[in-house]
Amino acid sequence: MAAPPTPPRAAPVGPTARDQTARDQTAGGGAEAAVLVRGLRKTFGGRTVLDGVDLAAPPGTVLALLGPNGAGKTTTVRIVSTLLRPDGGEVRVAGHDVVREPDAVRRRIGLVGQHAAVDEVLGARQNLVMFGRLHHLGKAEARRRADAMLERFGLTEAADRPVQTFSGGMRRRLDLAAGLLVSPDVLLLDEPTTGLDPQGRLDVWAAVRGLAGQGVTVVLTTQHLEEADRLADQVCVLDGGRVVASGTPDELKAAIGGDRIDVVVAEDRRGEAARVVAAATGTPVQQPEDRPGLVTAPVADRMAALTAVVRALDDAGLAVVDVGLRRPTLDEAYLRITGRPAEAAQQTEVAA
Amino acid sequence: MTTTVIDPADQRAPALGRLGWALADGWTIAVRDLQHWRRQPGQLAVGLLFPVLMVVMFGYVLGGGMAIPGGGDYLDFLMPGMFALTMVFGLEATMTAVTTDASRGVTDRFRSLPMARSGVVLGRAVADMLGSVLGLAVMLLCGLAVGWRAHGTLAEALAAVALLLWLRFAFLWLGIFIGLATRDPGVIMAVQILVWPFAFLSNAFVPTSTMPGWLGAVAEVNPMAATVAATRDLFGNPGAQADGWLAEHALLVAVVSPAVMTLVFAALAVRRWQRLER
Repeated sequence: MAAPPTPPRAAPVGPTARDQTARDQTAGGGAEAAVLVRGLRKTFGGRTVLDGVDLAAPPGTVLALLGPNGAGKTTTVRIVSTLLRPDGGEVRVAGHDVVREPDAVRRRIGLVGQHAAVDEVLGARQNLVMFGRLHHLGKAEARRRADAMLERFGLTEAADRPVQTFSGGMRRRLDLAAGLLVSPDVLLLDEPTTGLDPQGRLDVWAAVRGLAGQGVTVVLTTQHLEEADRLADQVCVLDGGRVVASGTPDELKAAIGGDRIDVVVAEDRRGEAARVVAAATGTPVQQPEDRPGLVTAPVADRMAALTAVVRALDDAGLAVVDVGLRRPTLDEAYLRITGRPAEAAQQTEVAA
Repeated sequence: MTTTVIDPADQRAPALGRLGWALADGWTIAVRDLQHWRRQPGQLAVGLLFPVLMVVMFGYVLGGGMAIPGGGDYLDFLMPGMFALTMVFGLEATMTAVTTDASRGVTDRFRSLPMARSGVVLGRAVADMLGSVLGLAVMLLCGLAVGWRAHGTLAEALAAVALLLWLRFAFLWLGIFIGLATRDPGVIMAVQILVWPFAFLSNAFVPTSTMPGWLGAVAEVNPMAATVAATRDLFGNPGAQADGWLAEHALLVAVVSPAVMTLVFAALAVRRWQRLER
């Protein structure tokens, strides 16, 4: 898609006066988040999937649920979108309880699930008109919005082709268009970039940022740390049905404690360098397999550590290719928080 | 004092009652299937012509060797069986449509919309019944073309058509239930295959009196058998006369047994639908 899509927010289907009031209250530090989850519990046949999850997404922000498969991300999204009933706890979307007022919630959300949930035989326009009609838009209004969404997502030329001829990226765009058809207050995205090529991923990211900029609250799930880092105002790390950490991406990175030093040497001397760096910093070092020659370690005092490491390497006669100080990545935060690397978690899921 | 809060979001379309929205949403879903037909005319044609091919195979290829006890033309005997078979084949269309929507997430999308809950099932029912009306019309024309005739009154003929569609309606619920109960394409394929022995083990192709006693008894209790027997009677086609309680009360059974099937499988389907929330 060429530009971040701007959903039609025209009256009377745009944010209602009442919702606007709710937003103002929140802005004033008062009332309610656009998505509020308290003590959410869910079991499937005796297996606890959600074990007291608390979340809050203020209006117009992006909340990322990060975690490996089986952490409870999708279950959370399905409960927030009224597809599943919670076993315990409270979930409110734009001020409405998902159990007591499911229809009010459904009128205010857009859902984009893991699969492109569109009719494969119909054309893109036919799909959007159908979903618009099921949103109880009038015939003319449903057509008008379908055309507007096709235009925004760059699908106008393919509008009448059967969806089964679409590429993965086009399908995902159509799926997003369907989720945004009636300008939802809250957009729920379950792994929106899974299976997309890099360009498709960038397109979705641009779209999400554009929407948040227009006041739409976005809740997305992801297994990609980079995605959470790029998009989210707030990240909640889920593991085993619990929120094990939450905060801004920067807070999470800071939570694993200070800076890190990276030293790059020739690959055949990495082991030697690791011992020298460990001795100099007094902290456990890591040697990431996918980064030849890299030795990385957390440090407490930046400059003292840098000086000590460079001197020690020099004394040991090790030629240094590169050395630098940096903030930790979200990957490292994830490892620290869940006790296993993000890569391993993803591999477990592939095997499963 | 109570205050009625009017939800502005409710005003996005002219107010319709609950039933009104169920019908409107059901129609929107049904229209989708009609659009499928327009986009896949080939598939529609194959679906409509397959039972015609069966008529050719059984009527002409095998028909020469068939003799009806009590006499009569085999094609005249066969056609009511083929009409009922066409109705039973509709099971496959229903089942496949429901499973496809569930596995692609389309069902979830519907469930996340502020539409009437009954609209999804209503739309499925309308679309599939329209499809089967079309299929039955093609088969009636095919029958007339090969020399089959309804010998009774027009009212009897219409009653026979109604009985056939009533059987289709029962299989609609079986299809929705199976479609919701499994997302496994293997199960769907197994059902598609099992439809064949189910159809053969009835009075559709040969009179049950020509089968070994025990097998004939099994064939008689086939839900399809009563419809076939009653339809033959109403169309005035040969082979309707048989003995045994079930055969003698074919009309009653052809009305009651699809009703029982509908009640059982509609209840099971609704339960399955509700369990999607759990």
